Amino acid sequence: MQHIIGNISILWAAPILNVGLLLDGLMIGAIFALAAYGLALVWGVMNVKNLAQGDFIMMGGYVAWYLDQSGLHPLWGVPIAFLLLWGVGWVLYKAIVRKVITRDLFTSLLATFGIAIVIQQGLNLAFGPNTQSAQANLPSWSLAGGLITVTGTRLFGLVLAVLLSAAVVLFMKNTRMGQAIRATAQDPRAARVLGINTERVYTFTFCLNAAICGAAGALVAMVWNIQPFMGTTYSIRLFVIVTAAGFGNLPAVIAAGFGMGVFEQFGGFVFGAEFQQAIIVLLLLAVLTVRQIQQLSLRQALQ
Amino acid sequence: MFSPAGYAAAIAALMLSFAPSVASAETCDDLVLGAALSATGIYAANGTNTKNGYEFAANKINKAGGVHVGGKCYHFRIKYYDDESTPARAAQLVERLIDQDGVKFILGPYSSPLTKAILPVTEKYQTPVVQTEAASRSLFSQGYKYEFGIIATSEKYLTPVIDMAAERAKQAGKDPSALKVAMIYQDDPFSLDVRQGVVDTMKKHNMKAIIDDRMPKDLNDLTAFLTKVKALHADVLLVSGHEKGAATAARQMGELKVEVPVVGLTHCESAKIAKDFPKSAEGVICPTQWAETMKTSDPMFGSAADYNKEIKAAYPEYNVVPYQTAEASAGVYLWKDAFERAQSLDKEKVRDALSKTDLQTFYGPIKFAADGSNPSKEMLLRQIQDGKYIVVWPRDAAARELVFPRDAHY
Repeated sequence: MQHIIGNISILWAAPILNVGLLLDGLMIGAIFALAAYGLALVWGVMNVKNLAQGDFIMMGGYVAWYLDQSGLHPLWGVPIAFLLLWGVGWVLYKAIVRKVITRDLFTSLLATFGIAIVIQQGLNLAFGPNTQSAQANLPSWSLAGGLITVTGTRLFGLVLAVLLSAAVVLFMKNTRMGQAIRATAQDPRAARVLGINTERVYTFTFCLNAAICGAAGALVAMVWNIQPFMGTTYSIRLFVIVTAAGFGNLPAVIAAGFGMGVFEQFGGFVFGAEFQQAIIVLLLLAVLTVRQIQQLSLRQALQ
Repeated sequence: MFSPAGYAAAIAALMLSFAPSVASAETCDDLVLGAALSATGIYAANGTNTKNGYEFAANKINKAGGVHVGGKCYHFRIKYYDDESTPARAAQLVERLIDQDGVKFILGPYSSPLTKAILPVTEKYQTPVVQTEAASRSLFSQGYKYEFGIIATSEKYLTPVIDMAAERAKQAGKDPSALKVAMIYQDDPFSLDVRQGVVDTMKKHNMKAIIDDRMPKDLNDLTAFLTKVKALHADVLLVSGHEKGAATAARQMGELKVEVPVVGLTHCESAKIAKDFPKSAEGVICPTQWAETMKTSDPMFGSAADYNKEIKAAYPEYNVVPYQTAEASAGVYLWKDAFERAQSLDKEKVRDALSKTDLQTFYGPIKFAADGSNPSKEMLLRQIQDGKYIVVWPRDAAARELVFPRDAHY
């Protein structure tokens, strides 16, 4: 308890630290927001809860790392991982996901869980179990007498996440495919009746999600580090974001991603690193409880 | 998947395997040691390092005439199984080695969790085990009678950093108790043992921790912690969180330009921080069990430097020899010593001989306490200077002076 009060008083004494933590949180949250957006898309459109989401991120990370190892700048990993993971998504969709999409919840959970394990072990066999990271060597800037540092890679991640999110949102609003995706999400049967090729929509959605994860993964390799078995952690974080935001609400998912990044930083600072992630799960519990109470009152109104 | 070097090594190994049958016409029986080692899973990398150490030592001892027991000569042969880096599998395989394969002497697996899993089995079968890769203190507090561990236990990993910082403070005319220590440990048995050792040593110097955090296994972001370290102007920063902890700390110290005069990290070598983060890793202090500049030697392997040269010749892929390999070799050498002192292949007699060991090796002294640990073994500290790991502590093994305060190239 004492150290918590101590930590708060540090923030109080040097308010500029709050700005630093906020910036860090936003830059970290951007990457979460990106991948959470993909998860929400697949969840909303196809009703598939993709447990391999974090492992797609790791694959993207290994693409950036591999490029770094072979002498290319890891920033190339962002577009290249996007394209490669698009292909991986296509293969996985055609081979596995397509067959479980119409089944119940548990079949798709088990299938994507299986995909996750295969990816983990595959990465382990191909690249070994060590922790790896890609070096982007971008400059970093010190502000406010060194109390705030803005690193190039994180800033790049933020910019890219914002651009990609904007592109996806515009795509959803303004293109035929985007409209078809939204229609399919609303009511697949009605969409089919109206001549929408839902199979194509599903393929596209799943590939797009894998590709977004790939790009996010390349950023993860440059900002933190990657390891074949680290994907599960990311999957859990993303599920927390999407559940807290409500998966039907895509702008809220992005906001929740940013919010979680900020929350983690402040939580880690005030309560210590051991609670940095626990605090997120507590937040999820709170959101779910509040939702439940709201829904209860809703049902009573219906009666 | 196979590089040309890999093929070359495979061909060389094939040729070697024919060589002894021609050279040593005298018949030596096989003396089988058993080991469950990780060839797959998260410990695969260090499992392989361990196996290389075992194999190198066994070959070297066999070529030098093997083990002489009761007027007969024996050649070491090591039977391996892959424990897949899982404790339950390791325990199963050790039981299979003892029960089905009839192996009477066991070499340890890699890592504390796996060793913890096999020890109840070896105790049950009253089979002596020499373990060279598990440092957790808790392995020696269960009253096991057949376990012998040669490496320095985990609570010694970062304590010399505190001692060294205290000494520096005294030299500068300051009171060591004024030093502000910030530290973070992963919440697993090994890292918490490391922490316990540090806390005890800090008490000795009357120091206080300004930050004492735990990091969950899954966390790979220390931004908030390091922001606090900067804000509080810590004098000593300690991080123990395996490869991931070291890599994360090295990367983010650079990003946040953390200027702490003394930084101690575990697992620097396996996290490759000197290579991946050359700027921020400069001046970081890393504990190690063994270094080639140690002034230790034995008649079989020669000095630490000799061992270093020969193992590099045998495994050219090593730029820096991992200490896991060196300690594994020392373990096999310990078996030879114990058999020859026991003059018997009886499990009980060999166990008694092991417990009375007083052996100097290239790896350091081996003399067991009643609990089966090797208290005379101390950690060494290496500092990353110009991208190289240079021994700076203890004094008699130091190759260069400590650079203090550390000179990170941000």
